[in-house]
Amino acid sequence: MIVIGERINGMFKDMKAAIPAQDKATVQDLARRQLAAGARVLDVNVGPTSDDPVSAMKWLVETIREVTDCPLAIDSTKADAIRAGIGLAGPNSMLNSSPGDEAKLDLYMPLAAEFGCDIIALTIDEKGIPRDANGRMEIAMRIVERAMLNGVDLERIYIDPVIIPCNVPDAGHHPGEVLETIRQVKLISDPPPKTTLGLSNVSQGTSERHLINRTYLVMCLAAGLDSAIVDPLDTELMNAVTTAELLMNQSVYCDDFLRANRP
Amino acid sequence: MAFDMPTERWSGKLNTVTIGAGTRTSTVTVGGASTLPFLRFEGERPNPPVVAMEVLDEPLDDMPPALAAELGDVVGDPAAWAKKCVESFGADLICLRFAGANPEGKDKSPEDCKAVLQSVLQAVGVPLIIWGCGNYEKDNNLIPVLSQAAAGERCVLASAVQDNYKTIAACSLADGHLVIGEAPLDIQIQKQVNILLSDMGVSPDNIIMYQTTGGLGYGVEYAYSIMERTRLAALSGDKMMSMPMIAVVGSECWKTKEARLSEEVAPEWGDAGVRGPLWEATTATMFLHGGTDILVMWHPQAVAQVKKTIAELSGEGA
Repeated sequence: MIVIGERINGMFKDMKAAIPAQDKATVQDLARRQLAAGARVLDVNVGPTSDDPVSAMKWLVETIREVTDCPLAIDSTKADAIRAGIGLAGPNSMLNSSPGDEAKLDLYMPLAAEFGCDIIALTIDEKGIPRDANGRMEIAMRIVERAMLNGVDLERIYIDPVIIPCNVPDAGHHPGEVLETIRQVKLISDPPPKTTLGLSNVSQGTSERHLINRTYLVMCLAAGLDSAIVDPLDTELMNAVTTAELLMNQSVYCDDFLRANRP
Repeated sequence: MAFDMPTERWSGKLNTVTIGAGTRTSTVTVGGASTLPFLRFEGERPNPPVVAMEVLDEPLDDMPPALAAELGDVVGDPAAWAKKCVESFGADLICLRFAGANPEGKDKSPEDCKAVLQSVLQAVGVPLIIWGCGNYEKDNNLIPVLSQAAAGERCVLASAVQDNYKTIAACSLADGHLVIGEAPLDIQIQKQVNILLSDMGVSPDNIIMYQTTGGLGYGVEYAYSIMERTRLAALSGDKMMSMPMIAVVGSECWKTKEARLSEEVAPEWGDAGVRGPLWEATTATMFLHGGTDILVMWHPQAVAQVKKTIAELSGEGA
């Protein structure tokens, strides 16, 4: 699984303080620790910390670039912040993310083509999050169509079927619908798009966040999930990923597999 | 219509390993491949496979005539044997095996073995593989003496196994040698041995993997599958499976009756002088396709044939 480390995000307490204070040490420490724990890509999100998200994004990317050349997932809802971040992050970056309505796709797909970067696209549109897998697949097909029209390589597309918290009333069917979407996305095209998931949302507001996160992640991996945005510092979660990959014969067993097979 | 060769995109690559330093006049580099063996349309293999010829500290009691005839009177003199392998038969390395140290055999002392090693180091300039006798207790006394005698020469010490790896790992660290990690045709144990060696401080770049192999007709298909699976794991990014591989071909082939029996005993099998080397060359060629980087061989004709095959498959002179 391609692990996208979620911790450099202004929504977290430590980052909420670090970004306005321009505290490089905290950011760089989080970057190093996430990579050491198995992250292959680092998500970068300024969150609600700044009146000037473009400058904050630039500062974050430059700060991280002082310690690592790893791919960065430039995460914002603001196109100008994304453009600024991707321009600085360089090749192999990810655009995170485009909603699945036509207007937004026609804004972000050309940007992905221009920078030759990967792009995460969400199965959400102006009508919101679909109730079931069919609704999600309709949007997924639109995403693939707009990618092809804009000359974005399908292997660079990461479709996120958007999970909502499992404790939301009358939403208990969503985890199952997302699993079904993960399976069906692989049938859209050849080569198929990849899949990813902003995992932590599934446990938002629940009492057993870590347990729910890692249990659901293993279920998603079994359905074929390629990547997830997670907290790589959650050791139990990373152990569950390593074990799931072993059980799916994606890695070779040895007695020290937890250390040897860390993604 | 133009044909587009379907190719696989791999995320991993083999470690690159260089053998030989110090007083060696040549070095050997293996590994670095980014695709399966000989798929030149798909990826790189910057270092083609090499042939190590095996020299024994004590001659075999029952040396097959086809082999004895070819090697001549050097058998019994390891230094002369090694020199002939390099100068007459084109060996890239010498694999010096101290079978005579085995307590169940001649039980030669570490000091006697050290003298043999020194004579071979002086006789040839190519890098050496130093292989113990296989008895754990004896090897733990023998290997440190040999390792120290060859300090700084960047030899390959063999072999570390799951139940006996600490001494050899310490020797490699102290004297600047590489280590062969051995497994009994078991990919999981191979990986565990690699981890154990790494835990001791041996860099993955200083490890060569060895799965015990057989000769053609004696389970080689299984060895081939293990090698292929190992290489696929490396190309998929498994860092603990990304070491180059060695195969011991000569001694295994010349144990088989198909290679050994004379034409008087088995007239329907044809000329033993042709059959034996062919058995060895065929076994070696199969391991080449499995991804072996270093072949340890015995018969000069088999070596010549296999070196030609390597050159052709690697695109030289094509």
